[in-house]
Amino acid sequence: MSVEIIPLGDSAIRISFGNEIDESTHHQINRFLHNFTSYKIDGVIECVPTFTTIAIFYDPSKIRYRQLEKIVYSVMESAKELKLYSPIVYRIPVYYGGNTGPDLQFVAEYNRISEQEVIHLHSNQEYLVHMIGFVPGFPYLGGLDKKISTPRLEIPRAKVAAGSVGIGGGQTGIYPSEVPSGWRIIGIIPITLFDIEKNNPSLLSAGNYVSFFPVDWGEFLAIKERAASKNYKVSTYMKGEEIT
Amino acid sequence: MRTPIFKVLKPGLQTTVQDLGRFGFREFGVSISGAMDPFSLQVGNVLVGNDLGEAALEAPLIGPVLMALNDVSIAICGGNLSPQINEQEIPLWKSIVIKKGQILSFGELKEGARTYISIAGGIHVPIVLNSKSTYLTGKFGGFEGRAIKKGDILYGNPFTRRNRKLHTKLIPKYTNPLTVRVIVGPHTDKFTSKGIETFLTKEYSVTTQSNRMGYQLTGPQMEHSGAADIISDAIPLGGIQVPASGQPIILMAEHQTTGGYSRIGTVISADIPLLAQAQPGTRIRFKQVSLQTAQNLLIQGKNMMTTLYRLSRG
Repeated sequence: MSVEIIPLGDSAIRISFGNEIDESTHHQINRFLHNFTSYKIDGVIECVPTFTTIAIFYDPSKIRYRQLEKIVYSVMESAKELKLYSPIVYRIPVYYGGNTGPDLQFVAEYNRISEQEVIHLHSNQEYLVHMIGFVPGFPYLGGLDKKISTPRLEIPRAKVAAGSVGIGGGQTGIYPSEVPSGWRIIGIIPITLFDIEKNNPSLLSAGNYVSFFPVDWGEFLAIKERAASKNYKVSTYMKGEEIT
Repeated sequence: MRTPIFKVLKPGLQTTVQDLGRFGFREFGVSISGAMDPFSLQVGNVLVGNDLGEAALEAPLIGPVLMALNDVSIAICGGNLSPQINEQEIPLWKSIVIKKGQILSFGELKEGARTYISIAGGIHVPIVLNSKSTYLTGKFGGFEGRAIKKGDILYGNPFTRRNRKLHTKLIPKYTNPLTVRVIVGPHTDKFTSKGIETFLTKEYSVTTQSNRMGYQLTGPQMEHSGAADIISDAIPLGGIQVPASGQPIILMAEHQTTGGYSRIGTVISADIPLLAQAQPGTRIRFKQVSLQTAQNLLIQGKNMMTTLYRLSRG
């Protein structure tokens, strides 16, 4: 794996950690970011981690490229030794199928398994949040079981509801807001992933994990109502811990 | 203090409240938004006596019609959409007092693409995630997360002050063709050397498929060396993405935070305000500069703005 550091326009630096979308690349990115952000370097505005890169946005009137590049190299060296805490897994309820999961049947038929098996395979997994992008709060999740990967729709839908859970090729994700999408929609979540009233508006961050658990329509409505009155807390556990 | 300043009689094409942008949330997919032309926004603020980063109205191509509900100093900066008060043309780049009951309107688009209406005392809208900017696709920020509509009332903390104007030599010239300076990369290896040469030597036109998110250009195909797609990564303001068609898209203020198309270059910060004033049909040429040049220009621009601000206060 070779690290490449180059300018990204005149106000950002781009660090590339190779070309593989996998957990080990992600852990390197995470380790670097934990270390780098702890220094709170004057002039650094924000960092955006993605599948294989980090963009560090900065103000060139406060710090110049060469200075920042030097810091990046030294942080990279010391980050190698850094021990990371176990990541958080968010357990997110999903109502699978029905009108709000219209493609569940197709995903089952395409993969020649039952709808129940699709639900089991989809929910019986811890997905890594590689990055957030596309729209506010949208997590790019890694770890979909190949047995339920399904090609995208030929003609994307003009809009899918906020909270829709979809499968697009080998990826799965949740749409935080109403957007156009070509993904196969298999369910919906009763909670909000992105809330501008919170200091930290996004429930998920890169480096977290997500696992899904199926709920029925009654439970879905009950959680939705509690979530709307800010009376529902998404349950979490540390990766590696047993769920109780 | 919350005083009514304007009633919207006609909204214009897409008039939004914008400041210098929403920073700190790009890792959560939140676009920076903000004024497409931050130069004009800041000059307007200086002229009316606001802080540099106060919000103003940004009006592209067709301006709004607004009735003043109180006396207030305003300044119109940026594109020339023939601003008028009670049907009398008023100058750009100069503060002027509009009196209660008078009507601010716009006419023919003469130059540039969007105008900024700065209001002494600013615009009272909630600060959402550290900014007053309207994020149209996110449907939040600014005036209820949308462009203004007929009947809306804008509030602020209005005051009047002695008229001031920008020195003529500081007024930008919006030319056609327009040369914008770029830093090449980051996905240079996704293009053939011929593709890079095309990018840096040929002329492109801004199409009507252009908005706050980005400008779709048309011109000679920028040749890829293989697939046009990349593993999605972070996009900077001014990033020039090239899909398989070879036709570039320049990413503007409300661009997505991440994207999966290869990017051939990035427009330097100093040239973003001029690009923001390019109308559909404007011919664009790209000129490569070094990172050091780009950063020097950025710092000069910032120092100049700070000086203007200090002078207006002193």
